[in-house]
Amino acid sequence: MYYHAKKIIILIVLHTFLFSVALSCIFPFLWTVNVSLKTQGEFDADYGLRPVTHINWNNYKTVLVKEEFWRYFLNSVFYTFITVLSIVFVSSLAAYGFSRLQFPGKHFLFYMFLTAMMIPLPAGFVPVYVLLNKLHLVNRTGYVLAMTNIGLSLSIYLLKTFFDQLPRDLEDAARIDGCSKVGIWWNVGLPLVAPALAVVVIFNALNVWNEFVLASLMFTDYTLMPLQVGLMEFSNRLVTQHTLIMAALTVAALPIILLYLRMQRQFVRGLTAGALVG
Amino acid sequence: MKLSLAEKTTNFSFVLPALFIFSMFWIYPFFYTFILSFQEYDMISPPAFVGLGNFSEVFGDPSWWSALYNGGFITFWALTFQNILAFMLALAVDKVIRMRKFYRVVFFILPILSEVIIGLLMKQLLISNPPGRDVFNEFLKLVGLGPLAHEWLGIDRARLVTALVHCWKGFGWAFVILLAGLQSIPEQLYEAARIDGANAWQQFRKITLPILMPVITLVIVLTILGTMQAFAMILALTGGTAGLTVVPVMKIYNHLRGNQAGLACAEGLMLGIILVAISFTMFFISKKIREKYGVLPR
Repeated sequence: MYYHAKKIIILIVLHTFLFSVALSCIFPFLWTVNVSLKTQGEFDADYGLRPVTHINWNNYKTVLVKEEFWRYFLNSVFYTFITVLSIVFVSSLAAYGFSRLQFPGKHFLFYMFLTAMMIPLPAGFVPVYVLLNKLHLVNRTGYVLAMTNIGLSLSIYLLKTFFDQLPRDLEDAARIDGCSKVGIWWNVGLPLVAPALAVVVIFNALNVWNEFVLASLMFTDYTLMPLQVGLMEFSNRLVTQHTLIMAALTVAALPIILLYLRMQRQFVRGLTAGALVG
Repeated sequence: MKLSLAEKTTNFSFVLPALFIFSMFWIYPFFYTFILSFQEYDMISPPAFVGLGNFSEVFGDPSWWSALYNGGFITFWALTFQNILAFMLALAVDKVIRMRKFYRVVFFILPILSEVIIGLLMKQLLISNPPGRDVFNEFLKLVGLGPLAHEWLGIDRARLVTALVHCWKGFGWAFVILLAGLQSIPEQLYEAARIDGANAWQQFRKITLPILMPVITLVIVLTILGTMQAFAMILALTGGTAGLTVVPVMKIYNHLRGNQAGLACAEGLMLGIILVAISFTMFFISKKIREKYGVLPR
């Protein structure tokens, strides 16, 4: 009996602790959505701390249409899609080469990619920006190329280790049937590493979607800005329009949160993949 | 097996696209950082060689040292408050059975969101506009904690509040890694220890901690690397607060914006060397600890 009571008390303490921390994570977002549905007048009255009584979509209309957030949003979708596509293509090709094919300097090159992951380059964006400036690539192409590189080493590593664990029977069969090397990579290799590709896609998509530094340096033109840069610029321009800023934040955060709730496992694996390599 | 030249070329072409992008955006920038740090370059006129001029300017710049101090201050809070909180949460979630999934999902929301979103969101909550009237203070008054109200992003608190917001964004990530580590410890070890009469603290001290040592080291190193290079969240939250929350990467970024690429590279090089030195030292210390306590590295 005594033992039982002690156990229950411990559980209550643990849950109180966990739940209060969880509440601190959720509350700011509930507040954000709540404020975004109010008028500026209502916000000034209660600071958004009371639940919204009648829903007002005007903030979203202003943010998306008049402030052209639809454009920032589509830009972000575009950069993310193209970059992830190019990373998947380039890194799976390289990973297949490192895992299955023989060529001189193979081990040296692979360890070069690995070492790159370990060395922090806090000012890496400086020479990259200078280089793109010299090459007149301060545009979408330059940005996608530079972002492709950021996810490359980790993606190659993940896919290469996954390829290494796969049996070669299927590829041998394809070769005997007269399939070319590129054909084997595309038709046999890629479908087999699909689980690892999911991690690569999520990891890199989040990376590009959330990237700010390089994008803010490169895109000074409003029509090219991705969401993060547009958001920063917008909040500096309209400091006092709280309800509008909260609507903009909801537009930027909600799709990611919903996507995350749909595919938690892949998100967690994608984001911790980088850490667990070290 | 001897390969023909044609076959070698075909095989090599698989890694060629990766190698091309990597050379252009990693190898070249890596060495170019060293070259640029000896030059004065405004990206319009041709670069001029200034020897160690940039480095002596960086060494003599008190605002660079204060930026390093601010970064170190935030890192200190991330190492202590953030990681201890994450560890406690991981231990607690490992113990409870109900709602475990809920906690895991909720704690990981913050790490997946961008630094800009978190920074702007917390700014909206904390900024006083007009003075003394901000959302967080109104909330405190609402729940009866009115006397705690402060100007959170003012001169006297901005640095600490920035550090705490950084911890708030980052703890979920450390939590997930530590929890994965905890759950990989086989239950039999604890059972055996209990049979031998070990209490909860002894089990933690003699089983959990030694086995988790590599994971803890990893979290510590990644926290240091990540926090010393944090930037976008702080830019969104405070924008620097009169130098009090200026962090190293913010200095580098501003120098590049001000067309002082050489200076930015010198600063980046210095920070990079510090970070490499710290992470090597940490892994070395961890290895020594593991050897001393006889826990074999995995």
